[in-house]
Amino acid sequence: MSHHIVEFENVCFSYPDGTEALKGISFRVLHGEAVGIVGANGSGKSTLLMQMNGYILPASGSVTIGALQLMKKTRMEIRKKVGVVFQNPDDQLFMPTVYDDVAFGLLNLGMHAGLVQERVLKALQTVGCAELRDKPPHHLSGGQKRAVAIATVTAMEPDILVMDEPSSNLDPKARRSLIGLLKSFEHTRLIAAHDLDLILEVCRRCLVIKDGLIVADGPCEGILTNKRLLEENNLELPLSLQRCT
Amino acid sequence: MTFDQEYFNLGRLDALSYRHTLIHNLDARTKVIATFAFIVTVVSFPKYEISALLPFFLFPVLVFSLGDIPVWLIIKKVLFLSPFAFFIGIFNPLLDHHIMCTLFGIPVSGGFVSFFSIMLRFFLTIGAALLLISTTSFPGICHALQKLSVPALFISQLLFLYRYIFVLMEEAMRMVRARDMRSFGARGLGMQVFAGIIGTLFLRTMERAERIYQAMLSRGFAGTIHYGRPSRFGISDCLVVTLTGVLLYFFRCYDIVGTMGIQAERLF
Repeated sequence: MSHHIVEFENVCFSYPDGTEALKGISFRVLHGEAVGIVGANGSGKSTLLMQMNGYILPASGSVTIGALQLMKKTRMEIRKKVGVVFQNPDDQLFMPTVYDDVAFGLLNLGMHAGLVQERVLKALQTVGCAELRDKPPHHLSGGQKRAVAIATVTAMEPDILVMDEPSSNLDPKARRSLIGLLKSFEHTRLIAAHDLDLILEVCRRCLVIKDGLIVADGPCEGILTNKRLLEENNLELPLSLQRCT
Repeated sequence: MTFDQEYFNLGRLDALSYRHTLIHNLDARTKVIATFAFIVTVVSFPKYEISALLPFFLFPVLVFSLGDIPVWLIIKKVLFLSPFAFFIGIFNPLLDHHIMCTLFGIPVSGGFVSFFSIMLRFFLTIGAALLLISTTSFPGICHALQKLSVPALFISQLLFLYRYIFVLMEEAMRMVRARDMRSFGARGLGMQVFAGIIGTLFLRTMERAERIYQAMLSRGFAGTIHYGRPSRFGISDCLVVTLTGVLLYFFRCYDIVGTMGIQAERLF
């Protein structure tokens, strides 16, 4: 299918306190592409991601997801297509048990109870957490929380996955299995992270954002090896590449 | 008694509720109905009643033993809350002077009798509520309340309360720890720092609420939380509810301990 496209056209946004977070962002992500979004703290990454599901709307410019342009009217439709995994899984897991949380979105879609159960179990199996289904989220470890948070989104079978810092607070093993999981997905993926090694492994393409503008857009091999560009953006070479030099 | 300890205490009560015993395995509705009926019955006695309340201690004793609940844990929590009841009843002896009976030659006024009655009721009702929480998982209770047609708004409030009380407490615990680390035994700067912590906690909670709402919206939330799982109201549940009802009714109508006392008086 060719319609899982994300297109930003000259998107601007400022917060009510006057901070100009996005100053004209344009890019186009094609179906099945995995794109990393990197930049310094406060460069506008999170604001950009919040535009993806219409939590905030662009002040000017347009966001198009698939065939729909993002507007107040279309954002419910768009939220079904775009799954967002938030930075802090405690914000994402708000229901009393893992099962209820994964079922939350599906029940909101008005899905039949039998089908919900099937989908929940499948999603939990994909992230390797099937045995946690009856646990309350506060009894889970950080890695388990993250995996379940991803399941809550993938259970809805979105076309596009958006993730904010998926590897933060994970131990190396949990991070490794997360990378494997992200690689295995066939969704269109947009991943914002400071973990450049993760982006290097999962994504083909990378966007660099600075002060609300895209300063670089291209294949990861080119951008993540460009020491000067990275250092200008408060980043540094991915650790895996530092060792080689 | 530090904040950390309190936090883990709360977690302990929660962990207890996820075990499997005879009592734990009953349907949550059974336990909610039984507890509610128990509390209403205990509260319904006239204000000078003491002897008729005593048989009601049979219920918590049964739940303690069948549910394998550590007695001290619950008693400590009840005692912790007891000042509330104590100060509700403490002025009764000052206001109510008429002599109701004499105990070992000492005249006992109505105020003391009603004070004692209040304390008994407090132990029974709070004990019952704590036992309900420690034998039934909180989501289970919410589910039961929903099945008993409590409005959905209350249910979602309770669900969020349960989910985020732990997150909030952990956040508070981290801040208190951070303060203690750098206050070198001087307990921070007293009230000023404490007020700051509370303020920050409030702001953080607001921000978190915003993010949670965002997470809900992005998964298609449109005003109602659809929550529910199949549950069975089996034969054992029917049996427990009926038996509880009959016993409560019996204890309410017949003062067993009082009658026993009168019989004993006649014998000797």
